[in-house]
This record gives sequence, structure tokens and C-alpha cells, in this order.
Amino acid sequence: MTKEKLVVIGNGMAGCRAVEEILKRDPSRYEISIFGAEPRVNYNRIMLSPVLAGEKTFDDIVINDEAWYRDNGITLHAGRWVTGVDLEGRKVIAEGGLEVAYDKLILATGSDPFRLPLPGADLSGVVTFRDLDDVDAMIAASAKPGARAVVIGGGLLGLEAAYGLARRGMGATVVHLMDVLMERQLDESAGYLLREALLERGVETVLGAHSEAIVGEDGKVTGLKLKDGRTLPCDILVMAVGIRPNAALAKTAGLQVNRGVIVDDAMRTSDPAVFSVGECVEHRGNCYGLVAPIWDMCRALAEELTDGAGAYAGSVLSTRLKVSGVDVFSAGKFAGGEGCEDIVFRDAGRGVYKRVVIEDGKVAGAVLFGDAADGGWYFDLMKAGTDVADIRDTIIFGQAITEGLSGLDPSAAVAAMPDTQEICGCNGVCKGAITSAITTQGLTSLDDVRAVTKASASCGSCTPLVEQVIRATLGDGFKAQTGPKPMCKCTHHPHGVVREAILAQDLKSMPAVMQAMEWTTPDGCASCRPALNYYLLCAWPGEYKDDSQSRFINERVHANIQKDGTYSVVPRMWGGMTTPDELRAIADVADKYAIPSVKVTGGQRIDLLGVKKDDLPAVWADLNAAGMVSGHAYAKGLRTVKTCVGSDWCRFGTQDSTGLGIKLEKFMWGSWAPAKVKLAVSGCPRNCAESTCKDIGVICVDSGYEIHVGGAAGLHIQGTQLLTKVATEEEAIQLISAVMQMYREGGWYLERIYKWMARVGLDTIRAATVEDLDNRAALFARFVKSQETAQVDPWAERASKGVEAGEFKPMATLPMGMAAE
Amino acid sequence: MPAWHDVGAVTDIPERGSRRVATAQGDVAVFRTSDGQVFALVDRCPHKHGPLSQGIVHGHGVTCPLHSWVIDLKTGHPTGADAGKGCTPVVPVRVQDGRVLLAQPVMAD
Repeated sequence: MTKEKLVVIGNGMAGCRAVEEILKRDPSRYEISIFGAEPRVNYNRIMLSPVLAGEKTFDDIVINDEAWYRDNGITLHAGRWVTGVDLEGRKVIAEGGLEVAYDKLILATGSDPFRLPLPGADLSGVVTFRDLDDVDAMIAASAKPGARAVVIGGGLLGLEAAYGLARRGMGATVVHLMDVLMERQLDESAGYLLREALLERGVETVLGAHSEAIVGEDGKVTGLKLKDGRTLPCDILVMAVGIRPNAALAKTAGLQVNRGVIVDDAMRTSDPAVFSVGECVEHRGNCYGLVAPIWDMCRALAEELTDGAGAYAGSVLSTRLKVSGVDVFSAGKFAGGEGCEDIVFRDAGRGVYKRVVIEDGKVAGAVLFGDAADGGWYFDLMKAGTDVADIRDTIIFGQAITEGLSGLDPSAAVAAMPDTQEICGCNGVCKGAITSAITTQGLTSLDDVRAVTKASASCGSCTPLVEQVIRATLGDGFKAQTGPKPMCKCTHHPHGVVREAILAQDLKSMPAVMQAMEWTTPDGCASCRPALNYYLLCAWPGEYKDDSQSRFINERVHANIQKDGTYSVVPRMWGGMTTPDELRAIADVADKYAIPSVKVTGGQRIDLLGVKKDDLPAVWADLNAAGMVSGHAYAKGLRTVKTCVGSDWCRFGTQDSTGLGIKLEKFMWGSWAPAKVKLAVSGCPRNCAESTCKDIGVICVDSGYEIHVGGAAGLHIQGTQLLTKVATEEEAIQLISAVMQMYREGGWYLERIYKWMARVGLDTIRAATVEDLDNRAALFARFVKSQETAQVDPWAERASKGVEAGEFKPMATLPMGMAAE
Repeated sequence: MPAWHDVGAVTDIPERGSRRVATAQGDVAVFRTSDGQVFALVDRCPHKHGPLSQGIVHGHGVTCPLHSWVIDLKTGHPTGADAGKGCTPVVPVRVQDGRVLLAQPVMAD
């Protein structure tokens, strides 16, 4: 009996794997021939990254050598392009007129790397990252001393390419369109850690970067020009921006093709004798670019072609990055979503971030960084749809711990832990040390246990576990935690600890803080984000980039939101002084923009109420034109300096209170603070500027200036306390700035000066700013440094320099209403 | 089958932020979360009708700028302590080739 003829087009991973799977099931059924476009045997394409990195050789990644083809009686047409398929006559036509008849045909034509149609894309030295020829070109480029590479695309392939090039000694820069690396697999927290890890390995990343053109000389690439005007020099440019299924042959042959070659669950195309597997396939609307689905497809196809019934139902995907020493795993709905619950674990010491997403009591996805050992376990739980309600409390700690404690509820699980089980990794405290301290010393609270054993006293991430141990030991005798409250539900750390860590650990971005301080949410909340943004801004002036999306709306749009969604606008009037020209300009603006209310404020300013958001930039432009700037009436920062007329006009005035108020305001405006800061300067103890209920107040006397601190006249009524008296205006300004800086550095977000003072004590403030003159000078110098970058009028930037232009107008206007559900 | 209306690029919306779309029946707030997803709600908090487009976006929620209610972007329902107190209508939205599409406008009654 003659064998059936099986022809495979594609000598890549899918084509050969399909043949292997068929041979495994029925080695003698088919007479097999394979066409391959590359002039070499079958190799493991996904291992090209380690070849590029010099961690493997080509021989290491060959899957099937020539002997395999020979031993299995397979005819290999290597380097032979297939030019057509005759479906009617069931034959394959190749270059040079070769025709091979088939009974069954498998198309495994794979995919082509997508090439961006940028100007200069045809220059020599512009490559993709797809086959061994690309790798050889990259290795050749790296031979030149000081050579640089640019990789477009911060996905899996692009990062592996960049890492490989860096390992070859090249300076490598990844240019990525999105703000997060591997954004289809990683959330922002993991993306941040990855970026840091790559930097350590010599790979720089430019995020949010739009490529404009590839530039070159003498037909050879010399750099990549970005839309922001920068040009990144390079000797080789790798495009790794994705793949598209290679379905051209199928389409020409007349098979049904959409994005890829359309197949059913048996991997059969629209022609019953033609099958297709791999990256060229579109199955149930999905095209795949990873290896695991290809293996699934090949198994289904082999079943179908060996008397079984192929049933491919699609693949659930997981990803691992192949960069040495960087453990990254991602699967499923890693970013959560409706009805999903996040379990987040961070270990700052080890650089670990884990996020497991639970939906309907099952694992719906996971993203792991730094320790991906349990990736496979989460993936199995996810694919099997296992109910994880019972292991919910320990699942984030991984398989070993969870299965060690399985079947027990969390408190019983803790009770069942051996005494040698380590509870606090930072301080090396075992369960036995905690229980014996509790019983021998009569401890009853977390604070007690912390003080005696140091368990949970460092990073604090084991706090819940320590509490469980205390509860298990004491039962009802356990006293719940007291002490400083955490910043918010995203963290167990209080404000002070976070502020100290930002400085001590050099934390310079929000993801850095969230990782180091082991935040339990992926991107914080409306409570901690504004606080962190301020703390970073205060700690790293001029260096930290303000995150406008972490600011409350008033500070984001530099106006105060009102109950109806309109805004109020308050121009600055230095020390409460104004001029006829300013008043005329304000009146004109109020008329021109039909502003419904004009009000005099308690801080000696004029408030324009009811301005439409869309009008804000135009209103500001008109006020700017008359010489006025933002009054920061919306800011957690310096607001107003209220003054009386002082010695200029008043028969009782002892000093120029108006002049000092104006000097203070001109010196201190623009500074951000934990909460709003209001100042006043009164020209005599009659105190017409009400200095003694301000955050910082000055009362002028004949012999100098009394500096008062810590007043309030809002939710709480509180008179100031006298800090000290100084002799000159200059000293008054220096001392007030030093107090302001001390508050800026030590206050907790939303904590007014009077509350901060109650917490740290007036004596502490006096010691630091009055008695210790060196310290006062240092505080003053830091304030001055901070002001260098703070004193930019936010109105002018938005009114005439196009900053945040999208913020003030709708992104689109539709003539009709919307279909709301 | 609803038709869809292109209102701009996904990248027109800041990450962890929101933009308004003006319609004859009032504004729609379109949100982009840190995981790159896009949501749309009528721009009105169920509490005192604050403009949700002006709030702080975190996770899949937005905190209303007026009184800090947290609204679930997917369902329009208030969460936490305010759960069960009314609901903001959800506007069907989808993303195609980097563009944000809202369901085709329907004529107001």
C-alpha cells in the first residue's frame, strides 16, 4: 500500500513540531516532505535571544539536525521558496518549477516581523529580530568598539534584543511608545522594576517616545530621530514592534484568510485537505505570537491527522522574559478588572513584586517580578479554574507555604506552623521567639512584641502574620494595634516612616516608593498619591517630575472647583496691594467672560467665581497681560500674606508691615507645602492683619519683629505662639523661610502648621530655627534651592505656552446625546 | 447593533486620568487607567453631581473631586462606605487601533 503524501510548508518551530507529534502517534503513516525558506535545519527560534547574548551557540538551539530528517525518511527542501499551491490539483509549486503532490498539506508559514514605515527604514543596519541572519547582523555590529544600538519596541522581543546587544558590549537604548515596558504583560509597578533591572544591565529605556525618522549617512544608519527633537545615535537599529501572520501564500492559493489563515478546532483551513498551525493561523479570531499555543495546536493537528479528533480550543497565555537574573512572569488578567480582587506582595529587600488577581474565587491572572518561581503554579491554578477560596490568605506566598498549610484556616495555619518557621525576614525572628516572648514577658500588643522581639519592626510587611501569631497565642487577650496610623489602606506605614525612607533610600519616583515601602495596591489611591507626589517634590526639588494625575483637581488646573463644576480664579495681589490698572483688568475679564460673581476674600484678594473650565486659559491670558499671576488660592502651599498699611499710613504703625508682607510673598510664592500656608504681617500689636491666627504671623514692634507660629482660624480656632523676636526684616524673612522649610520637610500631608507644631513641639521648632543658627541657615538654603524651580507662574504656562493643553477643552464634541446603559 | 463614534486617540487621555467628551445631553467622562484600559461614564457623580472627569483615577476607580466618593469605572456604582447609594450611567466604549470609540449617539427624547 502506498503511503499518504504529507507536505509541510514551513521548517520552523510549528512545522517541525507538527511532524514530530504525528510521528509520535503513527510513524509510518505518511511520506513526509518539508519546505523551508531558511537554508538550514530546524532550530528553536525563541532561543535566539540567548544566542545573541552569547549565552548559547547556534548548535545549542538546533532542535532537529540532519540525521532526524534522514532517520524519519523526511525530504527537506531547505532554502527553497514555495511560490504557489494548487488546491484543485493538490500540489505545491516551488522555485525552479519543482512540483510536489500532496494528500494532506500543512501550512506553517509563521509570521513576519512588522517593520515601521519610517523614513530611512531601508538604510543598511536597520534589522528586525526574527532569524539567525538578524542575529548575525547584530553580532557583527557589536564588534566595532564603542558601538551603539537602538531598539524600537519595549515588548518581550525588543527587551531581549537590547539585553543581548548590551551583553555583547554595546550601549543599548530601547525606545518604547508606551509609558510602561511590556505593557501587555506588566502593570506599572512591575514595569518600573524591570526598567531599573535593565538599567543595571546596561540597557537604557526611553518611554513615551515617538519615532520620527531613521537617519543615516552613505546609506548606513547613524541614529533614530524622535518627535521631541532628540536624536539617539546608533550603529544598528533593531525594529521589534510586533509580528503579523504570514498568510500571503494561503491567500494567493484561495484559502479563507483574515488576519491569519482561518482554521477550525481541528486546525483545518477552508480546504479540507489543507491544515495550518503556528503564528500564521487565526483561530476563533485569535492570532498567537508565543510558543505554548503553537505546541497546543500541533497536538490537536496530529490527533486529527492520525485518526483521532483534533480539538484545539484556544490557549491561555503566559509570558516569561529571557533576561538573565531578571525573573518576570505574567499571565491572564494580570491587571485585574471588574469584580476582580488584587492580592499584592512586595518585598523591597529582595526587589520582589507579586500580584495575583482573583475573580469569582479563582485565579484570573498574575504578574510576578523578582521571584517568578510560582508562576507555573498560578498558571496551572488559573487554567484548571481551581477554587482558591480556601487558600486565599496564603496564596501570595506561593505553593510551598500554601500546600504546607493546606486545609487549615489562616489562624489554624499559623497555630500549626513550627516554632522554627521564620516570621520576620528582616530581623530573623522565628515563630518560637515571638510566642516565648509573649508567654514569658506577658506581652499583649503588637507594639510590645515589636519592642521586645523586633518582629515586624523594620519593613513591616509581616505585620499581619505577627498579629496572627499573637492572636493564636493569646486568644482574646490580644490588643489590636495602636500607634501611628498608616497613611492609607494601601500601606501599613505611617507618613513619617515613608518620608524618612524617601530620603534614606534615595527613592525618587512614585513606583520606587511603592515598591520599597511595599504598597499593597498597584497604583495607590486618591489619598496616598497626592501625599507621595508632594513628599517626592519636597525631597528632590528640580529633579522629581511632578505627576499631575496625582494632584487634586484644584492643583491640576490651578483654580478652585465649585459645587457646579465651574472654577474660581484668584489673581495674586502682593501683600494685599493692588492698582487701578489691575482692578480695571479684573473688571474687564469679569465682563468679557460673563463671570457671575466677584468677591473679596479673607486673605485680601479678589475672587472671580463661576468661570467655565474651557475659559480658564483665556481668563489667565488676560490677567497675565495686565501683569497678574496665579494667586495659588487652591494650593497646598503658600497662599496669601495679609498686611495692614503699617508705617506708610497708619499713625500707630511701627514698621513697614506692607513692605515686609510684599517681600515675604515675593520670596515665598510658589512653594508647595503639606497643607495651605497663610501669613500675615501687622504693623503694631493692635494686629489689624490678624497675624495671631495665621500659620505664621509677624507683629511689628518698635524694636523689631515678633515671629508667631501655629495659629488657625478654620475648623479649629487657635492663637499662635511666639517663636522669637528678631531685629531686622532680613532676619525675619530668613527665619520665616526656615520655619516654612522645616514644616515642608517634616509635616505630614494635609497637616496644617498648628497640628505639626502640636506633634513636634514648639521647643523643637525653636531649637532648630532660633537657637541653632547653622541649622537655620541650612534650612534657609534648602528653601532657596527649592524655590529656584518652584517659582513658575502656572497660569502663564497654560495660557500661552500650551502646557496641558488637552486638559481644558473636551477631547471631542458630539452633536447628539450618548447611549448610556 | 450600536454604531461607534471616534472621539480621539487613547493617548489623548493621560494615563491615570480623564478627558471630557461634550454631548448635547451633557459631558461624558472618558478614563484611562494605569493598566491601559479605557472606561466611559456620564460625567456626573450620583452624590451631588460632581464632574467625575476632574477626579483622581486609581486602580479601576475615580475619586469625585467634590466629596471624595469613589466610583467604580466599570459599573458606575459608588464603592466603599457609599456603596448602594445610586449609580452613574455607564457609556459603552471600546478601543480600536488606538482610537477611542463611544457608542453612536442616540437622539435625545
